Amino acid sequence: MAPNPSLEKNPSLDRWLAIGPGETVAVRSGKVDIGQRISTAVAMLVADELDIDPARVETVRTETGLSPDEGITSGSYSMTQTGEAVRRAAATARRHLLDRAARLLDVDPATLEVDDGTIQSRATNRQTSYWELAAGEPFGIDVDADAPLKPRAALRHVGTPATARDMADIVRGSPHFLPDMSRPGMLHARMVRPPHYHARLEALDPAVPDRLAGEGVRVVRDGSFLAVAAEDEFQAAKAAQRLAAAAVWDKGDGLATGDIYESLRRNQRVSLPVVDGAPVEAPVPPQGDPPDGAAVTLEARYERPYQMHASLGPSAAMAEFDDGRLTILSHSQGIYFLRAALAETFAMAPGAIRIVHAPGAGCYGHNGADDAALDAAIVARALPGTPVLLKWTREEEHAWEPYGTCMSMDLRASLDPGGKIVAWSHESFGDTFMMRPRPGPDRIGPARLLSTRFLDEPLDPPVMGPAMGPHIGIHRNLDPLYDLPGKRLVKHLVRGMPLRVSALRSLGAYANVFAIESFMDELAAEAGVDPVAFRLDHLSDPRGRAVIEAAAERLDPSGADCPEGRGRGIAFSRYKNIAAYAAVVIEVSVTDAAEIRLERCAIAADAGEIVDRAGLAAQLEGGAVQAASWTLHEAVAFDRDGITSRDWESYPILGFDNVPEFETVLVDPGREPFLGAGEATAGPTAAAIANAVHAATGLRLRRIPFTPDAVRAAALA
Amino acid sequence: MERFALTVNGAVREIEADPATPLVYVLRNRLGLVGAKLGCGLEQCGACAVIADGEKVLSCVRAVSEFSGSEIVTLEGLAGDGEYSPVQRAFLETGAAQCGYCTGGLIVALTAYLETAPEPDRQGAIAALDGHLCRCGAHADVLRAIDRLLAEGEDGA
Repeated sequence: MAPNPSLEKNPSLDRWLAIGPGETVAVRSGKVDIGQRISTAVAMLVADELDIDPARVETVRTETGLSPDEGITSGSYSMTQTGEAVRRAAATARRHLLDRAARLLDVDPATLEVDDGTIQSRATNRQTSYWELAAGEPFGIDVDADAPLKPRAALRHVGTPATARDMADIVRGSPHFLPDMSRPGMLHARMVRPPHYHARLEALDPAVPDRLAGEGVRVVRDGSFLAVAAEDEFQAAKAAQRLAAAAVWDKGDGLATGDIYESLRRNQRVSLPVVDGAPVEAPVPPQGDPPDGAAVTLEARYERPYQMHASLGPSAAMAEFDDGRLTILSHSQGIYFLRAALAETFAMAPGAIRIVHAPGAGCYGHNGADDAALDAAIVARALPGTPVLLKWTREEEHAWEPYGTCMSMDLRASLDPGGKIVAWSHESFGDTFMMRPRPGPDRIGPARLLSTRFLDEPLDPPVMGPAMGPHIGIHRNLDPLYDLPGKRLVKHLVRGMPLRVSALRSLGAYANVFAIESFMDELAAEAGVDPVAFRLDHLSDPRGRAVIEAAAERLDPSGADCPEGRGRGIAFSRYKNIAAYAAVVIEVSVTDAAEIRLERCAIAADAGEIVDRAGLAAQLEGGAVQAASWTLHEAVAFDRDGITSRDWESYPILGFDNVPEFETVLVDPGREPFLGAGEATAGPTAAAIANAVHAATGLRLRRIPFTPDAVRAAALA
Repeated sequence: MERFALTVNGAVREIEADPATPLVYVLRNRLGLVGAKLGCGLEQCGACAVIADGEKVLSCVRAVSEFSGSEIVTLEGLAGDGEYSPVQRAFLETGAAQCGYCTGGLIVALTAYLETAPEPDRQGAIAALDGHLCRCGAHADVLRAIDRLLAEGEDGA
């Protein structure tokens, strides 16, 4: 087995799984359910390994101190790490319990069979059960990472369609989300934000906080951090507006407003060559002349703007500070890292902070969840003994979350006379994706939380060094899976960019795959080869070839059977070159108003062994829809005075009126490791749209988003 | 502060509130009905939709005082005495939600549409979701739920 960091860090079986209470099995996961249905998949895996009904599996909420520390719920690792860990934990538990049952019943363990937790031997009439053997008792052993799994043919739940665990609560409106929670004596809190990152509170008319205090509103100030708390939520919302009107801000120089794509080229940067998917500390090789044998050389530049997570529910947290202890409900994706960052911020022992995960709206990466937890904690510490539910507003969520960085990609490739690629160069420019509040030197954890820069003792936002692991940050999927000779790959981490950034779903893969797969079509056209054949000519990986062929079979990218006026495009990648394979074919039309309509979409993906079939399809399709929204509509706008994308009108996203007819093929490779699918379709979707628009109109769009203005500009160019 | 009598999910509820309080705060914080979500507070995302006098309305801006005398039905009231309403069941069985934050608003909007449209169809249902946003990209499964509902409607006719 490949090493599983989740098991290496949390080897004890008791950390993962417990028999009881009652006739149930409790499973703890350090990855949180953020709509990717990990708890549904976990229940299916455990039910099958233990031979119990999935309804007996209790997926316990994630909290510090009790749940395994699995870092961050990110990188499409939920199945690869948690799924694999709980499956081996259940297999280890089964073997252990059957050994005990065999001793108790005095039979050979091989004669034992389990039926929904009841253990029976073919050699005797006597029986026992998991619950009789072990309810409430710790196992006291480690998970065997190689514990034998049940044969695939014996699985009853894995691979079948299932209903997501929390779906009944969601459709009935039962309390489920963090902002649905309430506590006796709880106050509602709202923030008063500066105009932008660099503004600081210069003056506050003292009459207003005095009046608010007289009305029972609590005002919390620490430097330029300003918040209000009140018993009634509407009262808190109104008080925040009144306090905002009483604040005078020193706006400094404001935000730098130069063209972001020029800044990516001109600003100071760290440049590193990328080899086998990872940067190396070495000089960047020069862009030489095309090699001997090159018949033609093409160059193209592709660009993506700043884009936001734009969670549908604003970030929120509940915090209570009592007797020196801080308890926080948070929808963070990494509660242990958050705890460490908060402990450092407040100079508290980590053990004095308990963070319990509660679901937020979908986050798609590092949104405002961790920042809201700090905000709520600051307010709660000022109001000891009082639970505080702090909610960001829509405007705050849009204007203050850490965005996905803008990026620029320069590609160059040479073809030989036979249409084979003989040289390949790809340089990606962008800011960091690595701003989660992970602890480190120089208080870097706290410094990455939004509000620490506004406190009376402020922390400067850190300047990040280049991420050096394989396929992270800017260089995620910079190294294509194709068999290409003479690859020259470069990442440029650009300094001094204007906006706050961090991890947005798929990191650099969205932009890099958009560039690579658009360029593959441009090269195929130059070579006079069909885009599918051109890709297959450069791809030996059999699973990659299989998904390309499967998608093309469902929706022919040549467009031979395409209705008049429409066009189709295909794109492919293997996420991080180690996770799921995905090929996407999209059919578009372009209206007289230059709007791109998404007509049809075929996805074929191989994500390893399929567990939660419906969840897997939803991740692939959802990723495609979200990426289509990024690609057609989204760019964060700002000026000197701050972010101007402050609501859904100034930052529009895809609606229900432009959804393609999907046909999604889940390629089943048999018992292969879980590969992780949540980010697999983002990049291919962007390029498939660009390639389809080219097929429909002859226009090659290289800068996202493809708005009607962008389409018209391309038509006039 | 003023006193209001609201009819919510068939029951008359007395509350005392600032008359300008947006309805969604009253539903969630006073009446414990959290099916309507606060998503934007700007009538732009649809997460706070409820039914008032048979029509879908957004509850995040309009004041509670406007709803005195109205018959309000929230997500929690759609099923009546049953376990799920037909729209809820269609969403449940097609898995038409990922994070689920927008889902209640979609269910409410489609319920109002199906109850009022003389001849419901796919295009009309999609138009009924105008102004409703989903960020997870559950759109394809929502359309599958709609197709299933329309097919059920035909079977029942």
